[in-house]
Amino acid sequence: MLKTFTPGGIHPPADKLSSREATVPLPLPERVAIPLSQHIGVPATPLVKKGDRVKAGQLIGEAVGPISANVHSSVSGTVLDIEAVVDASGYARPAVVIRVEGDEWDASVSRQESPGRHLSAFSREEILAAIQAAGIVGMGGATFPTRVKLSPPPGSEPGLLIINGVECEPFLTADHRLMIEKSRELLIGTRFLMKALGVEQAVIGIENNKPDALAGMREAVMKHALGIEVCPLKVKYPQGGEKQLIRAITGRRVPPGALPISVGVVVHNVGTVYAAYEAITMHKPLVERVVTVTGKSLSRPGNYLCRVGTPVACLIEAAGGLPGDTGKVIAGGPMMGKALTSTAVVVTKGTSGVLVIPESEARRQPARDCIRCTKCVKACPMGLEPYLLMTLGEYRQTEALERARVMDCIECGSCNFTCPAHRPLLDIIRLGKSRVGQLMKTRKPS
Amino acid sequence: MNKLIISPSPHVHGGDSIERNMYGVLVALLPALLCSILFFGWGALYVTIAAVASAMLFEYAIQRYLLKQPATIDDGSAVITGVLLAFNLPSTIPLWLVMLGALVAIGIGKMSFGGLGNNIFNPALVGRVFLLISFPVQMTTWPVPRGFETTDAVTGPTPLVFVKQALREHKPFVEVFSPAGGGRDLLDLGTGSGIGGSLGEIAAFALLLGFAYLLIKRVITWHIPVSIFLAIALFSGILHWIDPAYAGPLFHLLSGGVMLGAIFMATDYVTSPMSPRGMWIYGTGIGALTIIIRNFGAYPEGVSFAILIMNAFTPLINKYCKPKRFA
Amino acid sequence: MNSSMIIYTAISLCATGITAAVILYLVARKFRVEEDPRVDAIEALLPGANCGGCGQPGCRGLAVAIARANSLEGLACPAGDAATMPAIAAVLGLEAGTRVPRVAVVRCNGDHDRRPRSSVYDGYPSCVVEHALYRGEGDCPFGCLGLGDCARACAFGAIRVDETTGLPVVDEAACTGCEACVKACPRGIIEARARGIKERRVFVSCVNRDRGAIARAACGSACIGCGKCARECPFGAITVERNLAYIDFHKCKLCRKCVSSCPTGAIHEINFPPRKVELTRVETENTDTPC
Repeated sequence: MLKTFTPGGIHPPADKLSSREATVPLPLPERVAIPLSQHIGVPATPLVKKGDRVKAGQLIGEAVGPISANVHSSVSGTVLDIEAVVDASGYARPAVVIRVEGDEWDASVSRQESPGRHLSAFSREEILAAIQAAGIVGMGGATFPTRVKLSPPPGSEPGLLIINGVECEPFLTADHRLMIEKSRELLIGTRFLMKALGVEQAVIGIENNKPDALAGMREAVMKHALGIEVCPLKVKYPQGGEKQLIRAITGRRVPPGALPISVGVVVHNVGTVYAAYEAITMHKPLVERVVTVTGKSLSRPGNYLCRVGTPVACLIEAAGGLPGDTGKVIAGGPMMGKALTSTAVVVTKGTSGVLVIPESEARRQPARDCIRCTKCVKACPMGLEPYLLMTLGEYRQTEALERARVMDCIECGSCNFTCPAHRPLLDIIRLGKSRVGQLMKTRKPS
Repeated sequence: MNKLIISPSPHVHGGDSIERNMYGVLVALLPALLCSILFFGWGALYVTIAAVASAMLFEYAIQRYLLKQPATIDDGSAVITGVLLAFNLPSTIPLWLVMLGALVAIGIGKMSFGGLGNNIFNPALVGRVFLLISFPVQMTTWPVPRGFETTDAVTGPTPLVFVKQALREHKPFVEVFSPAGGGRDLLDLGTGSGIGGSLGEIAAFALLLGFAYLLIKRVITWHIPVSIFLAIALFSGILHWIDPAYAGPLFHLLSGGVMLGAIFMATDYVTSPMSPRGMWIYGTGIGALTIIIRNFGAYPEGVSFAILIMNAFTPLINKYCKPKRFA
Repeated sequence: MNSSMIIYTAISLCATGITAAVILYLVARKFRVEEDPRVDAIEALLPGANCGGCGQPGCRGLAVAIARANSLEGLACPAGDAATMPAIAAVLGLEAGTRVPRVAVVRCNGDHDRRPRSSVYDGYPSCVVEHALYRGEGDCPFGCLGLGDCARACAFGAIRVDETTGLPVVDEAACTGCEACVKACPRGIIEARARGIKERRVFVSCVNRDRGAIARAACGSACIGCGKCARECPFGAITVERNLAYIDFHKCKLCRKCVSSCPTGAIHEINFPPRKVELTRVETENTDTPC
């Protein structure tokens, strides 16, 4: 019996079109725009100015305060300007715009694993410092600074590191390819993170629909015998959610509002682990990542190793160009990704995929009255009542929303996906969450 | 390039629709409909067609001319109301009564609350109970199934009449309800042959076939029907154990409207609770009330009343029975 | 049927009735809520539209709040006429301050021509939802989203979204200045401004705070913060802050010099008689309204 989480969950069609496409490097674009805020927390302060020459891997934005992350140039070239560039929402955010000239790397970055240095030669401080310097953030999409997640608050006792190789979003295959192509590097990275956390045990959670990744990781674990376990999981969305993954693997439940560390677990995405491996062994900052470019209407869906700051349009070009019937371009997967206002938006550290949806499938069906079929209640992985949260949200019953535990919602979209009346449940629940958040803020001082 | 469409996530939908669920229920009702035509002849079909047609007509008229909103009769819910209403009627009922029942079911039971999704009571049952109370004679003249024989219909008692008879005469129920006493074999209840009753309730096995279909298609969950069955078996079992004059569990499960009610009427999305725990309470309540009404009430059959009463409790159950939270 | 049955029925019915009445009486006594009698008096004076413009949950809510506070500090009905607040003050034995009658003004001019749409929004049709996730269908991150949260908030039916322009239109006669729409708009586009002499008003119909070039690129009639209007104004009523001009309606004398000075036509004049000279660039609204 394979492990999975309860309650709720759904089974969207996997549509992993690019799972057999090996990762290929994307040709360098003509110019990149590197946002100074690609993470949760305070935006980085720019260290370069218009006209500066930069090399790939050079620090161009410095982290501010504890919850922030460094930003590095992903290319070599000339800084054209530091200007407001539209992000996925269409709102303008400051970014460093660089004209690409050649591909020269900063002297501190070695392009290969430094030979001869054993794992145990790296101290905990050294590992944390390397991760901090490299500006690594959670690459599953949440983009929380990794350094902060590796420094558990005093008094907490991390006992288990979970590596998230679930990739439960339909269409996306970036993590899947990474596990096939870089299994050895991932294990080394995992060892580093275990050392940083001071835990003896790590589990890599992989869904059962990726047998090649499972086999590859298992083989690597056997070969290197590093005390890491590979745990196959029954396919169910949203298993990649932190709380769901912990529940599936350990059976422990993270209480509402608490972090995974409260049950002694820390979760990191495989992409993050790979970035940490590169940062520690090569001093290579997080300037490139694997992005899945996919969609049923694309002629060549694939996985591309792509520099941060590359316009989405370049990726779509590499995958065969934007089809004429395109309705939506999504950064991320179809369940939690963000529909883009334009293809000029750039890839950031948290962009796991670019999904193109034809116009015929892009539009929502008109919403009808709730028929109280309970399918949303059954689908909700947090055991909430989405139909009720939507009604309360529409009538602005903020206190009642809080009592109905709207803040537990992880915005996975299972309720919308399953609703036969096509009700935009999550739209309203999200709004309700922000209202309850404001209410809680006003309450705090008293 | 076209303008890109932007919307909050998720960007895909599972493809489920109100229509898919409603037509799923209709498909599940087909075996029972075939059985009733087989047993009661074309009269069964006429009643069903009259009920469906008038339910759709009234819904269309009310939406179009009274509420001035777009008509949604193609969503299949009015068809279900019509079929379920017909299944609760005797096959020999005058068609004008069928239409009147459909008007009450759609007009009062459904549209007066605001249409699909907003009604408190199961519309088909509102129609049926209205007819039962207003026209008791026509509503309780049960024809004995004679298939397509053209002779005049013969009326006879439904098996449930024997429940009260056994209690009145204080004889063990099995004695009263036997082929010798004018009753039948228990197995006949399952196949419906030769038993008087309403259109849809006589063939328990055909209804169970529909139940299996609904479960496979994930239109409903098992909670409500199973909890009703268990409650009926439990409460009738206790009574039967105390005094054999009370009918046993198997009789109660297979006779009357239990199967039809538990599988198709109590599970109506709109009027049943939202959480599994709530469904258990709701189902248990229906089972207990059914047994109470059947054994101690004035009417021989109590499923409709039991469901309507528990419909009224549904909002309260929803308020207090929350699904299991994640943590 | 014999007479004893009637008697028994009558007796048992009476007994049930009396018992129920006693229970009702006791319950009513036990759960009785003492309420300030002034609450009812105040509520009777309020318009009863429950518009929420005062920030309280309906008219009753405002009446309770006023009676409890025993003062009118920060509590006022924005929707009532001039006599409303003095009458309420009289109930409390207080003096009411005078209030300039106000009307809602929409400060966005980005219709489909001036602010072309670059994407199509297909989510829940509410401005707050779209605002939280997206800049909007056009390129202006400050402009009207056109999904009508203001219209839904209005208890008087005084504001609606015009389908051809995609912008809200205020029915000045119906608007009570209650500010419900002001609170409903997530982008702060609607302002309650003084109705002005003869209902005449001059205002900057834009809230874009981007630098001039960016604002102009997003919308043809955006305020670019050039400051020409401020220099032109003889009364010092116009301030330019963070690339946006604002006309203080307390100081404005309705001379309209700013209107013709604006290079983008962002400043609007309302309810003035048509000018003798043919206007270029400048928009006039509601010129058909009698002055």
